[in-house]
Amino acid sequence: MAGVDQAQLFEFLCRMGDNTLVLGHRVSEWCGHAPALEEDIALANTALDLIGQTQMWLGLAGDVEGNDRSADDLAMLRDVWDFRNALLVEQPNGDFGQTMMRQFLFDAWHLVMLKALTGSSNDRVAAIAAKSVKEVQYHVERSGDTVIGLGDGTSESHQRMQKALNLLWPYVGEMFVADVVDDAMVEAGIAPDLTDLRVEFDAHVGAALTEATLTTPDGGFAHKGGKSGFQHSEHLGHLLTQMQWLQRAYPGATW
Amino acid sequence: MKPAAEDIWTWLDAVPDPEIPVISVVDLGIVRDVTWDGDTLEVAVTPTYSGCPATSVISMDIETALHDRGVANVRIKTQISPPWTTDWLSEKGRAKLMDYGIAPPRAAGGPECCPRCKSTNVTRISQFGSTPCKAQWRCQDCLEPFDYFKCI
Repeated sequence: MAGVDQAQLFEFLCRMGDNTLVLGHRVSEWCGHAPALEEDIALANTALDLIGQTQMWLGLAGDVEGNDRSADDLAMLRDVWDFRNALLVEQPNGDFGQTMMRQFLFDAWHLVMLKALTGSSNDRVAAIAAKSVKEVQYHVERSGDTVIGLGDGTSESHQRMQKALNLLWPYVGEMFVADVVDDAMVEAGIAPDLTDLRVEFDAHVGAALTEATLTTPDGGFAHKGGKSGFQHSEHLGHLLTQMQWLQRAYPGATW
Repeated sequence: MKPAAEDIWTWLDAVPDPEIPVISVVDLGIVRDVTWDGDTLEVAVTPTYSGCPATSVISMDIETALHDRGVANVRIKTQISPPWTTDWLSEKGRAKLMDYGIAPPRAAGGPECCPRCKSTNVTRISQFGSTPCKAQWRCQDCLEPFDYFKCI
């Protein structure tokens, strides 16, 4: 394996872990509120998988950083500017359709990313990806089916899904735009070239959206600034006040 | 004197899964290895699903069971690679699941039959169930809903 800058590897691992952490928290906000019991259970299970994956990614990030920070420390003791998740996952839940559209767009990216990462030159990255990809296959199967069911459903559900797609589509681009960290990962054989993943993503998502009778918005505009940490949306700060309140109110509290 | 590995496996086979107590942690296939490191017994455990809350309880139960048998020093090693698969469920475990009312996993992606009336006329309600490892199905003949241990 080519030598890789450990600070850049730490950044990359935070991106993976912060995506699953922030989305896991968002999805958990549905617990007890979903439109049907089966959906409530499915959302809670998805959230649980994502939080579990977070423990592995941020656990490895802490080891790589070498400053004795645990996965919990990274999750609970950092503020907005240190988070490296894509803007898509911090967007509010909206209605159930909007939540499922966000989930599908993320899951479809997550699946191609994890599949590629199973071949990582870093054994620990490959192991986490191999573990996670099995769970994500279930996530994307469900979110894809739900997007199709609601898109090709009643005129009300169709209109809401189209609105959700119009709102969230500009957040897809960020997940495929490479920067210096991504380039360093490709160089070291740790992570794939993001532009290569786009073809499979477009084929998968395009087919589902067509079946859902939804229209993919025109234009390639992409909101950016989440994964680089340059500029998160206002929503992340509000999310963190909920997720981190216990450590903020009672620093160092444990079970 | 250190207990033989064979005895340790027998003891662990008596530790029930906290969510599905009818099968043991050995039946579940999550105990991957037991090795002595000096006078410390290292038990390699593979989590089922990443976020499964039963994982930490299982580790605690394994430690307690081994302490009760006189093994003073136990170290649980979490091993995520190779990832856990339902292929590791024992035949004994599969039969017990069926008796208990949970259809065991199948590569075909769905239960072979209803665990109650054995009808093969079954339909999926949801790919997610009461625990991360299960899906919800229903028998179209006896109309009972049931858990299916999903294939991963």
